[in-house]
Amino acid sequence: MHADEKRLTEIIIRTSGVNVRKCMKCGKCSATCPNFAEMDIRPHRFVSMVEEGDIAALLQSKSLWRCLSCFACVERCPRGVEPAHLIEAVRMEVVRPQGGNRLRPEAIPALLDESIPQQLIVSAFRKYSK
Amino acid sequence: MQKIGVFICWCGSNIAATVDVEAVAEAVKTEPNVVFSTNYQYMCSEGGQSAIRNAIAEHGLTGIVVCACSPRMHEATFRKAAAVAGLNPYMVEIANIREQCSWIHKEKSEGTEKAIILARAAVAKLNRNVPLFAGESPVIKRALVIGGGIAGIQTALDVADAGYEVDIVEKTPTIGGKMAMLDKTFPTLDCAACILTPKMVDASAHEKINLYTYSEVESVSGFVGNFTVNIRKRARAVNSDLCTGCGVCVEKCPSKSAKSEFNQGLCNRSAIYIPFAQAIPNVPVIDRDACIKFKTGKCGICEKVCTAKAIDYDQEDEIITKQYGAVVLATGFKPISMERYDEFQYAQCPDVITSLEFERICNAAGPTKGKVLRPSDHEPPKTVVFVQCVGSRATVDCGKTYCSKICCMYTAKHAMLLREKYPDTEAYVFYIDVRTPGKSFDEFYRRAVEEYGVHYIKGMVGKVAEEDGHLIVQGSDLIADKQVVIKADMVVLAAAIEPDPTARSLGTMFTASMDTNDFFTEAHPKLRPVESPTAGIFLSGLCQGPKDIPDTVAQAGAAASKVIGLLSKDKLMGNPCVAGCSEPLCNGCSSCELVCPYGAITYEDKMVIDHGVRETRRVACVNEAVCQGCGACTVTCPSGAMDLKGFTNLQIMAEVDAICR
Amino acid sequence: MKFSYYPGCTLKTRASELDWAARAAAEALGVVMEELPEWQCCGAVYPLARDELATRLSAVRALDSAKQSNQQLLTLCSACHHVIKRVNNDMQTDADMRAKVNDYLELESPYSGETTVVHYLEMLRDAVGFDKIKERVTNPLKDRKIAAYYGCMLLRPSGVMKFDNPENPSIIEDFISSIGALPVRYPYRNECCGGYVSIEAKNISREMSKKVMSSAARRGADTIVTACPLCLYNLNENGTGEIPVVYFTELLAEALGVKAREGGLVHAC
Repeated sequence: MHADEKRLTEIIIRTSGVNVRKCMKCGKCSATCPNFAEMDIRPHRFVSMVEEGDIAALLQSKSLWRCLSCFACVERCPRGVEPAHLIEAVRMEVVRPQGGNRLRPEAIPALLDESIPQQLIVSAFRKYSK
Repeated sequence: MQKIGVFICWCGSNIAATVDVEAVAEAVKTEPNVVFSTNYQYMCSEGGQSAIRNAIAEHGLTGIVVCACSPRMHEATFRKAAAVAGLNPYMVEIANIREQCSWIHKEKSEGTEKAIILARAAVAKLNRNVPLFAGESPVIKRALVIGGGIAGIQTALDVADAGYEVDIVEKTPTIGGKMAMLDKTFPTLDCAACILTPKMVDASAHEKINLYTYSEVESVSGFVGNFTVNIRKRARAVNSDLCTGCGVCVEKCPSKSAKSEFNQGLCNRSAIYIPFAQAIPNVPVIDRDACIKFKTGKCGICEKVCTAKAIDYDQEDEIITKQYGAVVLATGFKPISMERYDEFQYAQCPDVITSLEFERICNAAGPTKGKVLRPSDHEPPKTVVFVQCVGSRATVDCGKTYCSKICCMYTAKHAMLLREKYPDTEAYVFYIDVRTPGKSFDEFYRRAVEEYGVHYIKGMVGKVAEEDGHLIVQGSDLIADKQVVIKADMVVLAAAIEPDPTARSLGTMFTASMDTNDFFTEAHPKLRPVESPTAGIFLSGLCQGPKDIPDTVAQAGAAASKVIGLLSKDKLMGNPCVAGCSEPLCNGCSSCELVCPYGAITYEDKMVIDHGVRETRRVACVNEAVCQGCGACTVTCPSGAMDLKGFTNLQIMAEVDAICR
Repeated sequence: MKFSYYPGCTLKTRASELDWAARAAAEALGVVMEELPEWQCCGAVYPLARDELATRLSAVRALDSAKQSNQQLLTLCSACHHVIKRVNNDMQTDADMRAKVNDYLELESPYSGETTVVHYLEMLRDAVGFDKIKERVTNPLKDRKIAAYYGCMLLRPSGVMKFDNPENPSIIEDFISSIGALPVRYPYRNECCGGYVSIEAKNISREMSKKVMSSAARRGADTIVTACPLCLYNLNENGTGEIPVVYFTELLAEALGVKAREGGLVHAC
């Protein structure tokens, strides 16, 4: 494993608070995920890739921006693994460094419509930017 | 003056890797009265034991300390070796330098230091040991088997065939247990009823076997070889001696809305009922919660139609008290409740069922006469999805951390039987792993795939949703890295299994220890798998851990052989390490009587001489035959009157002093 | 009955009818909702990363403010409830987080999760009682078939939220019965609407919202109720459009005969 990936793996495990070794690879997270079709790296693979320290691919993953944080995987995992927390931890590694923001304030006006709730803008900012 | 020998075991590398055995042997040489010390690779082997025997003879040893594994493992071994050399077996002390020392230390220096301290403590204790002599107690030549499933039946038959009397206590109205509910059995697909019911008949017909059905154990006293057990024989409201089992009462009973326990609630039964056609005894029982007569005082139809005059509404529970030499726990299991697994919609959709329910649906004597029909509309399903590991191998919520062991095989059986009967019906099995370690097991599972075309999908089901009369099953296919959605007509959940809830109270009653899952623990996981650590209590079947029918029958036979071994003895050597009361010190407070879990302590008025004064005092008396030597009384006694032979207060303090030195 | 009340930003703007109807209904039921004096936006999403400190602070301030008033903290928006309840749980169970947050905030006395967080629905169920509501209803919504949409935030993770059975909830259905309407149960009522991802991928929300709405429609629902402004937005914007979606408080106010404010009850659809 690349030294940088090893460091990142440790950070991700620490910030997520997830013990990836508890995963028994049953795939209930991927069975549950309502946005499975949009995830390039599916929840169960996401967990095992963190376990393997394969972080470079995760940093590029579309899944970071497609996980809904709906907690269905967290709720139904029989081993208490919390895949959504891992996805969040990796997303943090992307958005926290300077220039990592996916959503910029300038982009907001174009997105607005008559009924868009503030909640949507705030939550999107919290998820996509830092 | 004692002459003490100390023997330090390497246990291969188990001890020697973290304890410098040479250094321990050297260090103990300076301890009081130690005249000999040595070390050896395996003290428990014949070589080790002969070294002990020779040293006793050669050095005239009066006591020995063996520094080795836990006394639970080999104390008996070393006591026997010492006895052969003419030493009193209670002049043997074990210092546990494996479990409590070498296995938990990483640093050799620390391990060695601790081993020396433990050895020193054992020597200090041994210096205050005196020879103890065990008393004898008789063995009642009768066994009690609790639970009348296949495990209990097999144990009872084997013990009875050896010529001993056996009583089976079964809490439901019939023997037969869970096996009676099954349709076919893996991997040979013989019909469960065909192989079980003859055994049920054998058990009931056996002159040495006595059945107490619809009965429960209420209380127990005594000890190995001599248990006294109270059995509550619940009132059936039917006189078993008069009843001919004609079944007219069952037929005519107007109250027919109680759920049939035997059919897993898939159909109703009458208030007076016989669980199933081959039930033993073939005597009905009145369910008082469902009976109109019991609820309102009106009705009485069963009494009117019974030509044998067997109905007896006034019948009361009966307490039967009997003595037994041995007790076998065979309390079995039940599937866990599926109520907390609402992602599978078990409670919401009638067509989501458990495997045991599916078993009843497949069964020719079941609610659908063996036709596989959906409970909701009684239509045959075109697509059936089986979900494995529902609640097994789960560390959250109400799940079970263990593998339930039987589900992989019965699910393969169900899918196979379904495809056999209905070739047009598709069967899907979601699995995490397929576990088939058994004779002809993997071949059986492969047949389901290769010959019967059952679709095995490696993955799990995340959600079941009912839409337009179908069950939309959303699951993962990990090999294809896909999420699959199957439009099914029936979903079968392989629910985890757990010990029957009665096991817990029985465990407390018989002081039979249990693990965190309420399975009974065995005296040794490998070497004594059918015995409870409590003497005279034996384990048969699933109450000890998940197992299938072949394993259950094998274990039931093994338990029987242990019971026979016990009952064949006329007398048992007792445990001389029992409590005793120093009467002049006793202040009559009753504390010891209250804490004694075995009821071994009573109080009597006795003449006591205290400092030359003779007076009558109320003092504690220990029944040595009942005392198990737990020591609760000695630590409770405020005046130090209670003492435990072999573990006297002086001995314990000497150990503490030696450790703190 | 008096509660400290945390409205949250969306309830002051786009979801004002959720707030307005809740206050009016509470008044009718004898419940006092005392708005926290200086509340701040909760952040709308719970910070899952354990090293996120700053994003937890506004929730802790709200919790501490309720503690100062010695009152339970009432929430209404699902997202606010989710964030505040989970941060409160962190303050109760995560000693490290508790120490850091208290070091940073320098409150008069350290906050350790003393406040009880109550959602408006839980208040109706536990403090008022659905039976009581039934008695107070002057305008029962007879013949209405109403489907509850729970979404994610109220239910999951159930170990922390402790709101209802996460897979088969019933609190909103019980509420619907209490206002005289017929609750319509459907299997996708606890599935996600697409959440915040709809900011950049409406197609995802469209898939999910359609699944939810068409499932409710097949079961004959004429209205869907929710407690979450984002759920309402996604279902209305991205659903099939066959069923109107309203806030549950609007129906409560209607059933209690609370006078509509000027211009009538504003439905977002």
